[in-house]
Amino acid sequence: MAIIEARGLARTFKSRKRTVEAVRGVDLTVGDGEIVGFLGPNGAGKTTTLRMLTTLLRPTAGTATVAGADLLTNPLRVREKIGYVPQAIGETMGGTDPNCLVIEELLDQAALYRITGSEARQRADLLIGQLELAGLERRLVKTLSGGQRRRLEIALGLVHRPPLVFLDEPTTGLDPQSRSNLWEHISRLRSDLGTTVFLTTHYLEEADALCDRVFIIDHGVIAAEGTPDELKRRISGDVVTLRVTGEEAAARKLLGDQAVVREITAADGTLKLTVEHGEQALPALLRVLDAADITLESINLSRPTLDDVFLTLTGRSLRDDSPASHPAAEAKE
Amino acid sequence: MSFLRDTMLVFRRQERLALRQPAWVIIGLMQPILYLALFGPLLKGLPGSSLGGGGNAYRFFVPGLLIQLALFGSTFVGFAIISDWRAGVIERFRVTPVSRLAIMAGRVLRDVITLVVQAAILVVVGVAFGLRAPLPAVLIGFVFIMFVAIGLASVSYATGLIVKSEDAFAPLINTVVVPLLLLSGIFLPLTLGPGWLQGIARISPFRYIIDAMREAYLGHYFNTIMVEGIAVAVGMAVLFLWLGSRVFRQENA
Repeated sequence: MAIIEARGLARTFKSRKRTVEAVRGVDLTVGDGEIVGFLGPNGAGKTTTLRMLTTLLRPTAGTATVAGADLLTNPLRVREKIGYVPQAIGETMGGTDPNCLVIEELLDQAALYRITGSEARQRADLLIGQLELAGLERRLVKTLSGGQRRRLEIALGLVHRPPLVFLDEPTTGLDPQSRSNLWEHISRLRSDLGTTVFLTTHYLEEADALCDRVFIIDHGVIAAEGTPDELKRRISGDVVTLRVTGEEAAARKLLGDQAVVREITAADGTLKLTVEHGEQALPALLRVLDAADITLESINLSRPTLDDVFLTLTGRSLRDDSPASHPAAEAKE
Repeated sequence: MSFLRDTMLVFRRQERLALRQPAWVIIGLMQPILYLALFGPLLKGLPGSSLGGGGNAYRFFVPGLLIQLALFGSTFVGFAIISDWRAGVIERFRVTPVSRLAIMAGRVLRDVITLVVQAAILVVVGVAFGLRAPLPAVLIGFVFIMFVAIGLASVSYATGLIVKSEDAFAPLINTVVVPLLLLSGIFLPLTLGPGWLQGIARISPFRYIIDAMREAYLGHYFNTIMVEGIAVAVGMAVLFLWLGSRVFRQENA
């Protein structure tokens, strides 16, 4: 069953008589219990789409059902059913008040969802345990470390046990250790609670590690969608790099004749082959070289990364485009 | 009613945050108390008839200071919403089922209550300096400044949320508030000024409210000045509250 179903979702902004089409028609289907990643360069429409799906921005065209409610006619019902953790970098932060105590933030958040009294306390205690915030209850938010504060912000998004949670750049700005720790928490959301997670990220390894499926948005439309493996396969095959001694030309001819080899280049004794299903093709390639008595010095098989996919699709590398370097571009969306 | 419950929820949160830093309530009071202490004695030296305070300069001066307190206290509350917005708190609240209008109303309620507490302290200090006014007049004065605070705080929050920059917000507010303050006859009666100044002063809504408060302090509760003052105070509060609520209720902000 689909928990998010968006058709032709679009948003145009008018500023000084200029019309900017930030999102030009996004179709999205997210199944119940999926963890999906939403990737795109800054200004691609990522944040705008997320803001539309979370009722923060009204679409100028299109329709969507989010968590069983119609986004346009019943945004209040959508708000009851979703959790939202804003991004914590750029112009605005992740939603916690530096002068509040950790426990106050949790109880206030529960009260916003009409959960009060002992039920609220119970849920706060549970989240404090689950997100490793124990002992921090009476601390001011501003005294927390980056990772602790981010975990609190995620806890706030979960207080009302939403079936669907939106995480905007959940780990951006965190050190690698806090990041992998947060990944564990996010994947546990699904395994323990069955929560559907919709996250945006700038880290391709994050999408690779966490997401069942990935949507790539560029210029306001979905440029590609699929599992990380599917996307990688679609864009380019695996790359096999071989070093041979001496007989480069002969090796090149031999390997180039193999059906699995799509492309081959050779230079300075190094052969680069693009092949489908590299790990299966490799033994056959080695046998061919062996039969011709060509000596192999080294061999390397590399699979394409999501960054390769991204580069091919958008012409931009995600890595060069960290959100911190363009906070204004994102915020204008 | 969920709007009231939501308003109380936002109010309690904001009140808790304000009480964590009670110094601001005192700092907000410093300016009017300094005026009372250092400027008030000058007025006492003027011939009583020129102030129209019925022989008591503080009956003239304290209503002016109360409006000054309300004006500065309420117009600058928008500062806080900019930092709340920057912290992502506004957005976080807007994604919950809480009434979006309550996000503003709870804050305005906190500001009105803070103002009344400050005003009560100011009046007590005024009495210590020599203010003598009937109790109903003091209470009527509080009601007037509550209306002023409701309107100005609403519009200040809305402005803060639109401007989203402290650097732009402060000069903007000063540009609007200082002329209004000067044209309201807070420190000296406008009747001392030339005709053109009195003419321009008619555009300042606070002028009518101060005049009505001064009438009350003299014990005159039923006359046209009072009716004008009430009409302006209520009208301004309703208009500004409506403007502010439009910004907060917007689908997109």
